[in-house]
Amino acid sequence: MTAETIYLDHAATTPLLPEARAAMEEGWRIWANPSSPHRAGRAARAAFEDARSRIKSALDWDGEVIFTSGASEALAIAISRSKLHLAAVSAVEHEAVLRHAGDAVRLPVVDCGVVDPQTAALSGLVAVQHANNETGVIQPLFQIAEQVRAASGLLLADCAQTAGKVPLPDADMIALSAHKFGGPIGAGALLVRDYAMLEPSGGQERGYRGGTENLPGVLAMTAALEVGAGWMAEADRLRTHLETALRASGGEIVADDAPRIASIGAVRMPGVSAASQLIRLDAKGIAVSAGSACSSGSLKTSHVLDAMAFAGASEVIRVSIGRETTEAEIDKFIFEWQVIAGKI
Amino acid sequence: MTHNFIYLDNQATTPLAPEARDAMLPWLSGPEAMGFANPHSPHKAGRAAMAAVEVARDQVAALLPPGGTVIFTSGATEAINQAILSVPRGGIARSAIEHAAVIEAALAGTGEVQELPVNADGLVDPEVEFATGTGLVAVMQVNNEIGTIQPVERLAERAHAAGALFLCDAVQGVGKIAPPEGADFIPVSAHKLYGPKGIGALWVGDGVEIAPLIHGGGQEGGLRSGTLSPALCAGFGAAAALARERMEADFQHLQGLAALARSILARWTLNGSETSRWPGNLNLRVKGLDAGRLISELRGVAFSAGSACGSGSGKPSRVLKAIGLADADAKASIRLGFGRYTTRDEIEEACRQIEAAALSQGV
Repeated sequence: MTAETIYLDHAATTPLLPEARAAMEEGWRIWANPSSPHRAGRAARAAFEDARSRIKSALDWDGEVIFTSGASEALAIAISRSKLHLAAVSAVEHEAVLRHAGDAVRLPVVDCGVVDPQTAALSGLVAVQHANNETGVIQPLFQIAEQVRAASGLLLADCAQTAGKVPLPDADMIALSAHKFGGPIGAGALLVRDYAMLEPSGGQERGYRGGTENLPGVLAMTAALEVGAGWMAEADRLRTHLETALRASGGEIVADDAPRIASIGAVRMPGVSAASQLIRLDAKGIAVSAGSACSSGSLKTSHVLDAMAFAGASEVIRVSIGRETTEAEIDKFIFEWQVIAGKI
Repeated sequence: MTHNFIYLDNQATTPLAPEARDAMLPWLSGPEAMGFANPHSPHKAGRAAMAAVEVARDQVAALLPPGGTVIFTSGATEAINQAILSVPRGGIARSAIEHAAVIEAALAGTGEVQELPVNADGLVDPEVEFATGTGLVAVMQVNNEIGTIQPVERLAERAHAAGALFLCDAVQGVGKIAPPEGADFIPVSAHKLYGPKGIGALWVGDGVEIAPLIHGGGQEGGLRSGTLSPALCAGFGAAAALARERMEADFQHLQGLAALARSILARWTLNGSETSRWPGNLNLRVKGLDAGRLISELRGVAFSAGSACGSGSGKPSRVLKAIGLADADAKASIRLGFGRYTTRDEIEEACRQIEAAALSQGV
């Protein structure tokens, strides 16, 4: 475990912010069960509910917050407990949505990876992510929400890659994951405009999520959100710098013309497989990925790039930038990329 | 572990063992080290994180029966839901004193639910008849409110003879006594054995059918999606290893504490079996006591009147009703839960305060 690694895999997970670690340690000190009736339990409950209101304020969200173990669980609750059946999902959703999707309609994306809002006018639950985890493409959720609501449907937005980085979209249910924005792995939330959109299942969180509350995780998630996203402008500058250099060396940027979140870029190196790029970059101490971490190790091509009809999908790697990424790290990556591409 | 109260509620949650905390810290790093990596990433940092997860899995598995598979979950509630709901299993026979997680999950399923009664000692009859069509029998190992140890080995045998699977909620027993034998599913929670909140596991016996409840990236062999936290796994693993090493010493310590508490609270009546019990729990009553008032008056002692989850409902404990207590007696009962870090001085002080507060109620 050395710090010499150049970590450009922030879409997989992010370093824990010192503020989040301090908050987690505070949570270890208030360790009673928040549902216990004694003074220690009530103190834990007070800290937990305080975190809930701070999260609403940090996210500018005036609906409800159901704490979960992460985005996968939040999406599972949204889909399995929604009073409206799942009518449609975009073809580029994360597996955490797709694997629950059954025979729901797949909303296609046009070549640049964007869903056509007109196709989303459906009367059930419609799941469209905010930004794609492999390409960074941002969906036009404002227009999609208009269409879904005009058809009396509800919009579920997987915001794992955007929450804590850019303002939340206008959706009825939102899933988020703390470890994508400097919080800990093992904490996340399902935001719902109104509890009445869900069938309760019993237990804690007003009957919408059973299990002893993870107070340290929730405090750490809250602290991470409160640090803010002031670094996103720098991420945008760094990614522009990166992509300009790679384009000039023969790289092809995926969804180059689409609106994309500044923290993620996907680039194809024509003629060199992603697996080969990853191994050679790993040997140089550079951590990037080919698509999502979850599916790593599998040799399947990306369903996201397939849905975009992207030619050369097996030669694409994902570079994802975080708040501590430096220009020197990007330059080192550019250099090693050019070496592998045979440009140096 | 300094705090300004005496904590006697170790069935609700336990303090984090210092060893578990230390095991977590390397995996809670910022960019200065690579401990934060996603264990499912194929790069070097990801592989190191996954190695820590697998060490932890082995440490947890060492507390459970040989063989089988340990699936990490967010806690025991999720593990119980997965065991009961991920595969349709027909009718469910469950004891009357199961945790709310088992009761609610059974109701959420499609099968008929049979309630297996307990006797006045809080024990299920091991020869109880299961209803026709029972596909799953759920009886816990150690009850969370009254500490009784159920005859689960015999019940597992009988479940199998009836063609059913056996779910043994061992949340209160794992790491404290030997694991139940013969079970097909054993849910576990880290924060009940001095590990962190936010992680637990479902142990599944070899060859037993199980499916995911949370779909997605396909972690845990496709059986539980969601990024695993190496920190939570390492904390759980360290707590499990410590529990295994200290099992005998912890047990004797708890026996001593229970005997001391009984000697001070000598006039109180024990709820549940005197003999088939785990010594970390005492559920006691005094006729005419207002337990709710006692709990709120004794600000320096943290204890409860039943499960944390059921607190606040104002209803008498379901478990105490199941052992035949009248509502008034159930509301006159308190639960004392001792732990590894409870001292004899704390027991003496807390029991004196409890007795004095009870006397001041005129009971």
